[in-house]
Amino acid sequence: MSTMTEAAHLVDDSRSLEDAHAHDHEHHDTGENTVFGFWIYLMTDCILFASVFATYAVLFMNTAGGVSGRDIFELDYVAIETAALLFSSITYGFAMIAAHKQNKGATLAWLMVTFALGAVFIGMEVNEFHHLVAEGNGPSRSAFLSSFFTLVGMHGMHVTAGLIWMVVMMIEVFKRGLGSKTVTRLSCLSLFWHFLDIVWICVFTVVYLLGVM
Amino acid sequence: MSSQSATAQGVQHGAAHGVAHGTDHAADHGSVKSYVIGFVLSVILTAIPFWAAMTGYFPKSTAIPLVLIMAVVQVIVHLKYFLHLNFSEEGRANTFAFLFTALIIVMVVGLSVWIIYSANTMMMH
Repeated sequence: MSTMTEAAHLVDDSRSLEDAHAHDHEHHDTGENTVFGFWIYLMTDCILFASVFATYAVLFMNTAGGVSGRDIFELDYVAIETAALLFSSITYGFAMIAAHKQNKGATLAWLMVTFALGAVFIGMEVNEFHHLVAEGNGPSRSAFLSSFFTLVGMHGMHVTAGLIWMVVMMIEVFKRGLGSKTVTRLSCLSLFWHFLDIVWICVFTVVYLLGVM
Repeated sequence: MSSQSATAQGVQHGAAHGVAHGTDHAADHGSVKSYVIGFVLSVILTAIPFWAAMTGYFPKSTAIPLVLIMAVVQVIVHLKYFLHLNFSEEGRANTFAFLFTALIIVMVVGLSVWIIYSANTMMMH
């Protein structure tokens, strides 16, 4: 509110340098509101994930005479998936730092590295799901497997959506450069990407690590 | 608005950020240092629970709380170093939105587990 008054005041006062400056501030504020709004969306997504975690916690012992987590989870494999996602978090951070410094080349390069790491994660997850289904341990086998596929699959779908968004952002940065709107969009994707890494911490702890113990 | 002036503003915006990076704005976007600190802590906090689960070094009664505590600490590390949550005037709204969400999550997950596990135990009798 006060910023808007200040902006109006500056526009009235002088039409030269302050004018552009006031506009710049208005843009900056709109960007911050957008990022805050996106954060609120992520909080609702958090609650969606929490409901599915609760479902998993309630159903994971109901294996209907089939396999349990101990039989199907391979921690070496999950450790590599985790490493790919964790590395992608820091590389996205470097992309954001480059974007704030208006370094287009470095931003694109770090986004590509992040995309590659995310793609490795999704590729490994699809491969894991394929093996489980091929061995007759698909989501329809037991309540445990239904809730496992729902929880891990929902995280995987989010990461896939993030990868598609990242491709769109790479095209935008490549074609239009790093204007304030583009940087705001990159900031939203940054929150989304780091948020998915946090959800994965909960997944590997609750599903995989506690599952094999 | 012409595209030229938009570009000029973009450049000005970037320049303003460049200047602000040394001071208080660095906390909002993170610096290379803060990302590296967060990353190193995350690697340690991931390696310990994986090692405990893979080797079975600790008995189950120690390993389960250890794994859960490591996960909670790592979530806090990510929130601080990657998502830049803080209690500064600009960042406070995000932090309180998260704390409220965390309360809802504890209620949804905690109470579901409590109710269903109690029901399971009572069915055994």
